[in-house]
Amino acid sequence: MKVIVDEDKCCGAGSCVLLAPEVFDQREDDGIVILLNAEPGADQHDVVREAVAVCPGAAIEVSE
Amino acid sequence: MSVNDQVLSYPIPSETPLDPPKEWAELRSGCPVAHVKLPSGDGARLLTRYDDVKQVLADPRFTRQLTAPDAARLTADGGGVFNSDLAQIIPDSGDGHVHWRRLVGRWFTAKRMAALRPQMARIAEDLIDDMVKSGAPGDLRASLGFPLPVYVICDMLGVPAEDREKFSYWSDTLLNLTRYGKEEIDAAQAEFFQYMSDLLEDKRANPGGEDILSELLAAGGPEEGGLSDLQILVTGMALLVAGHETTANMIGKMVGMLLADRTRWEALLADPSLIRTTVEETLRLDANSGFGLPRYLPVEAEIGGELLAKGTTVICSMASANRDESAFDGAAEMDLSRSPNAHLSFGSGAHSCLGQSLARTELQVVLEVLLRKLPTLELTVPAEELERVEGLAVGGLRTVPVRW
Repeated sequence: MKVIVDEDKCCGAGSCVLLAPEVFDQREDDGIVILLNAEPGADQHDVVREAVAVCPGAAIEVSE
Repeated sequence: MSVNDQVLSYPIPSETPLDPPKEWAELRSGCPVAHVKLPSGDGARLLTRYDDVKQVLADPRFTRQLTAPDAARLTADGGGVFNSDLAQIIPDSGDGHVHWRRLVGRWFTAKRMAALRPQMARIAEDLIDDMVKSGAPGDLRASLGFPLPVYVICDMLGVPAEDREKFSYWSDTLLNLTRYGKEEIDAAQAEFFQYMSDLLEDKRANPGGEDILSELLAAGGPEEGGLSDLQILVTGMALLVAGHETTANMIGKMVGMLLADRTRWEALLADPSLIRTTVEETLRLDANSGFGLPRYLPVEAEIGGELLAKGTTVICSMASANRDESAFDGAAEMDLSRSPNAHLSFGSGAHSCLGQSLARTELQVVLEVLLRKLPTLELTVPAEELERVEGLAVGGLRTVPVRW
């Protein structure tokens, strides 16, 4: 699985970080997404897919 | 007469406290861009389908300029939070909005909210202890749901604890669409404005505080990349109002929904790892979330297969969208392990709720602490006898009577 984030679409809601804190974080100065791990392990795939589905800015994409 | 050929009065009343009005399903299937009459008597179009609501909330053509001369007024005297001139002081769109959102959004990151968990849990434990001390039955709304989010947001903003009650009153009044008259709403807004002016004055005179308002002041004015004094003031008001009433009501509704069928509560006791998905599912199924989000269309646009004229006001019903069968399997059923759960209760797109991580964390913590401290919790009345709070932009239950 490869994860891509789009900072311009990100609205800083933090739902991805609440779901998958090992894969996503937020910048301290403005709350915009930071991708910690662009190729997360299999144990993270479900929560990453969930983060994609619930992201309010549609700012996360995965290719598998 | 079917919903297809009449102008419905909006909001559409529901016969039972926790269930949606039956018209929602009819509108979704037969009339997804319905004509409605608002409390003011003005007309608007009501969107009830998931795809339409999601698109409009994220579409910049549908603006929040509800003060436009030809925008529908929500209430007869034009009061209420959506029509307020103050609502226009925070940049609504474009670069200005992005700038504001990022300055303020840093305070609401998921990590900061996770760090607040122990503090939130302590507040919840103390409030529950007080309720238990007073003896059963208790009112979970007044004892826990209402105070907790005020305490949390007041702490974040650096508002002294003794002023929390004032904030409850102001946020209740400003979000009210029909219960208070224009005079009361204007008076509350003026008092709130004056209080915040004084609070900011005090923080400017005593810099170094670690709260949101102190740090927004410390960031400097617009020329230094910060916000103007008026913008900081209105931001403070907006965060209090947005951070209080919404979550306060949701705590009561969440507990009410879970205790309405006590097998849900027992499932959570047996497996607390369901707390996260349960919170999302109660947010999705909240049939009493309030007015919905109004948007004003300054240009012509198509939505749901209908061409809407320039000057149209639309109302997005997220609560109806959340029950759309085309977006959720078994949409009417409560599934405590539903995942993913892309409900629209926090909106969607660039304006989606800034405080959603705060709200989620508060709801999760409250549920965790309640399950741990009061596993025998139950409603003292049948769920259908719970009463809705009328007239709020944010819907809720009047009381949540419980024993344990």
